[in-house]
Amino acid sequence: MKVSLNWLKEYVSIDVSPKELADRLTMAGLEVEAVMDRYEYLNTVLVGRIALIKSHPKSDHLTICDVDLGGRTISVVCGAPNARVNMKVPCALPGTVLPGGLTVGENTIRGILSAGMLCSEAELELGTDKSGLYGLSQDMKEGDTLIRALNLSDTILEISLTPNRSDCLSIIGIAREAAALLNKPLRWPEIRLPQPHGNISDFTSVTINRPDYCPRYAARLVVDVCVSPSPFWLKNRLISAGLKPINNIVDITNFVMMETGQPLHAFDFDRLAENRIVVRTARENERFKTLDGKERILTDDTLMICDGKKPVAIAGVMGGENSEIEQSTTRVLIESAYFNPISIRKTGKRLGLSTDASYRFERGVDPEGTLRAVNRAAQLIADIGNGKLIDGCIDAHPNPVAREKIVLSVARTNRHLGTSLKLSQIKHHLESIDFAVEEKDADTLSVLPPSFRVDVSRPEDLMEEAARLWGYNNIPMTFPSMSAGIGLSNKDIEIKNKIKDLMAGMGFAESIHYSFIARSCCDRLGLAAEDDRRRMLDVLNPLTEDQAVMRTSLIPGLLESANRNQSWQIKNLNLFELGKIFISNGQDSQPSEIEMLAALWTGSRLTPTWHSKSEPCDFYDLKGVLENLLSLLGLAHPEFSLLPADVCTYTKPGHSAVLSIQGRQIGMIGEVSSDALKNFGIKQPVFMFELDISALIPLVTEFASFEALPRFPAVDRDITLIVDNHVQGGDIVSQTESCGEAWMEQVCIFDIYRGKPIPEGKKSISLRITYRSQEQTLLDKDVNVIHQRVTDRLLKVFNASLPV
Amino acid sequence: MSNQNIDQIKKEALSEIQRADTAEQVKSLSVKYLGRKGLVTLFLRNISALPEEERPEAGKKANQVKLTLEEACQSAIERILSADGDKKEIAIDISLPGRPAPRGSLHPITRITRRICDVFSRMGFNVAEGPEVETDYYNFEALNIPKNHPARDMQDTFYVSENIVLRTHTSPMQVRFMEKHRPPVRIIAPGKVYRCDSDITHTPMFHQVEGLLVDEHVSFGDLKGILTAFVHEVFDEQTSLRFRPSFFPFTEPSAEVDILCVICRGKGCKVCSGTGWLEVLGCGMVHPAVFENVGYDTGRYSGFAFGMGVERIAMLKYGINDIRLYYEGDMRFLKQF
Repeated sequence: MKVSLNWLKEYVSIDVSPKELADRLTMAGLEVEAVMDRYEYLNTVLVGRIALIKSHPKSDHLTICDVDLGGRTISVVCGAPNARVNMKVPCALPGTVLPGGLTVGENTIRGILSAGMLCSEAELELGTDKSGLYGLSQDMKEGDTLIRALNLSDTILEISLTPNRSDCLSIIGIAREAAALLNKPLRWPEIRLPQPHGNISDFTSVTINRPDYCPRYAARLVVDVCVSPSPFWLKNRLISAGLKPINNIVDITNFVMMETGQPLHAFDFDRLAENRIVVRTARENERFKTLDGKERILTDDTLMICDGKKPVAIAGVMGGENSEIEQSTTRVLIESAYFNPISIRKTGKRLGLSTDASYRFERGVDPEGTLRAVNRAAQLIADIGNGKLIDGCIDAHPNPVAREKIVLSVARTNRHLGTSLKLSQIKHHLESIDFAVEEKDADTLSVLPPSFRVDVSRPEDLMEEAARLWGYNNIPMTFPSMSAGIGLSNKDIEIKNKIKDLMAGMGFAESIHYSFIARSCCDRLGLAAEDDRRRMLDVLNPLTEDQAVMRTSLIPGLLESANRNQSWQIKNLNLFELGKIFISNGQDSQPSEIEMLAALWTGSRLTPTWHSKSEPCDFYDLKGVLENLLSLLGLAHPEFSLLPADVCTYTKPGHSAVLSIQGRQIGMIGEVSSDALKNFGIKQPVFMFELDISALIPLVTEFASFEALPRFPAVDRDITLIVDNHVQGGDIVSQTESCGEAWMEQVCIFDIYRGKPIPEGKKSISLRITYRSQEQTLLDKDVNVIHQRVTDRLLKVFNASLPV
Repeated sequence: MSNQNIDQIKKEALSEIQRADTAEQVKSLSVKYLGRKGLVTLFLRNISALPEEERPEAGKKANQVKLTLEEACQSAIERILSADGDKKEIAIDISLPGRPAPRGSLHPITRITRRICDVFSRMGFNVAEGPEVETDYYNFEALNIPKNHPARDMQDTFYVSENIVLRTHTSPMQVRFMEKHRPPVRIIAPGKVYRCDSDITHTPMFHQVEGLLVDEHVSFGDLKGILTAFVHEVFDEQTSLRFRPSFFPFTEPSAEVDILCVICRGKGCKVCSGTGWLEVLGCGMVHPAVFENVGYDTGRYSGFAFGMGVERIAMLKYGINDIRLYYEGDMRFLKQF
């Protein structure tokens, strides 16, 4: 909210600097976000004296004025009819941004260069006259800034209010806080109603059909009004608050709203059928044109202000075109009501309409403030609009808002806050903001909050009021005395942290991507119709289509990053992400949230340096990382099996494997398919793996059991088998291991070869088998026997031969 | 061949071995004299050609020479390998870069989250996590934010359905944890949160760390003590901070914690919008309505809760100036951490 210091000073004396006031308000909970010089835009507007007027060679109505700015003279093209020699006028220099948004430049106007702009009152927002140049007093000094010459000064405080402080959505509300903080009295504007002139109930009536939605409705009537532009002081106030002046009647209702916080509405009384007000809800699908010219479709829950026949306003939100104040209006009915905050909020939300009025009503206005506001407005309309006030005021008040006293214990307050405030201090602070405080006993206060503090209902609310006025920074710092006990360890978080550390240690950069992705990602990955990853949860109100569903895989995020990096000429990438995916269980339920790890490797195996040439990474580079990770997590015996071509999605058939641990599928690894690369705009091979961390965590063993170190030497034996190309090396190793030979310690493949002299369609695989006994040094002859058994078995099982 | 001959060999060999500079040279001298075709070896092999009476003497002498030379070679190697000898080795170009070892990185958000959790862990807080797609009840209702309350406007919410939302803060964890545990409670809950807002300073997804402490006799002063200690640990001991009254529906009294701008030290700059202060934490005493919702005795227990944005703290700690960098996967960014 924008608060003009000049306006604020109408209600409270301020004897501290604007900065100091801003700090005090901020530290009392009214956060001042900015302190601005209201007239900063006039810094480059100077007092000029028109020294000479020449006619414009190409225009009848334009003149060329030589303007004396003290030390120098500039030439300005001017169209004002009232320009005359020696007149003193405001001259805006190039760079000035006028309130209307126009930036003054050094422009050529019909062939003549104009080095500035001579301005009217209205153009500078210093008055209403726009008919010609603003004639300044002759005693002003040319070259002086207009700010100094006119002694203009105002400060705007930009205050960010929290939603609970609806009482501060007005200048008087802020003034009340300032008065309490500065220990000054609050000055209410004097309301002096003009002479009575008849009886209001002879003219109109108010009927409330929904007292639950409209607990109170007050109205006054002013006749013989002259609708015209507002006087400058009134416009000036509205402009300072960021409102646009319209006409005197509307401006007065806005002024009183800004002053008191009570939204008002003015109806053209002669356009109200039967000259009366009925407050009722709309009919379902009833149409109504609001005064912004838009047709609104209503529901049967929308509270409407109606006349004898038709709706004339959406209560608390916006008036209708059919009853708005016009130039010809002479009789004005002023509405000042209290509407149910929830009703107004629902209506505003449903219509997508938030106005200054609805903003206040939905946060809660002062139920006791209706009369004061309607009287204030009536008086101003009578004064400024030259109207006659009809005697009396309608105050339909079928449903008074109850207020309850709150019992506050001083001891409990001090315990809660960690303070040692005295009863009298608390009482003082609460009374300074108009709370009615009664002393019950030495420890107990009975407190009635003022009607405008709709946010206060519990003792804790009062404690906050006392604390903020006493000053949070005056509350001493302490440490809680905490009960001892061992904390819970969180294994999930520890393991996730360990995984991140291991991945970073193996050269991967951690990335974090948005949890929402584009719906099209599933198609781009080539997922089958029945794939679980198509069970996507929709975001109903996404910011963009690219963020329309919750991710069901980490893969799209990483591939998109690979694409972006490629566009930045970064070709070598090792990325990983550990985060949740979301598998929908229907839009009305929470999804299954699964922690996943995904890694991506593309480009070089090693950073190319003088030590080694750039070699592209491959499947086995990434598989090594995955195996290392599993091993460091204590997950022994991972099993990799070829992913059948018909279930491959975003990876290449024959280059993709499923990972199982203890018989449970837990991840996959593979080379990204050409289709997926194309769909994500990537131009080089990419290898990825995915792991289901939620499933993996229970399998992690933190402390694997120790194995005794060998005491006897090992014997190595090699075998080379010639097998068909399709035979998987892993199968040979596992077959070898499963031979059941007690002395067999380790089996590894150390060479694979295709090409001459190996026949076409075959390959040679060389194994090294390590034998060792825990009881004795093995003799060659013993090993030979065993090794022969193993060899024979492998030859048979794999239909293999030995090299010639 | 004669004794004189073997003496001559010994003399020359010793002289050459002593002059040797490198292990390679010693090795080749060893081959020259003691190898299969070496001079001493040949001498020994030719002893049989000597007159019989000279043979024992010559054999003994030659064997002695062999031993002497072996020792000389050994000590020459030791000499060369000693510090003195190290100096004579050909220098390598130490300016060349080393063979690269794998070097990955942790995301700044991970680093800062860990730092925050670490500080609170040391103060006895446990770490807990919860769902990112939440029910309206946990995200709002249980936290004293009823439907149609203007406080809902404080957070632009992504909806999944009428009753399911992407959590707008980590505060639902307060309720989830208290439902399952009796006081004393000391937890922190890091995690992703979502708000439909996107500009230079906001991303639709970001990270928060929530904290909750409930026990008997916990005061606002305790809240100030714990959070001041935290700020001093994460920033530095000299960091000034202030507790400013604010509003959260689930705490009463509520406060924002501002630290003196780390960029301009309070003078006012672009980062702090000229105020000299930076908002880093929201906090307050747990609202009695929240305790009532989880069945805690409000007469007996009190507590405080706080929440902070990880991105903001990371920006201040690392001087990151564009929040979007966090989520673009830009290798040039990620590698810096």
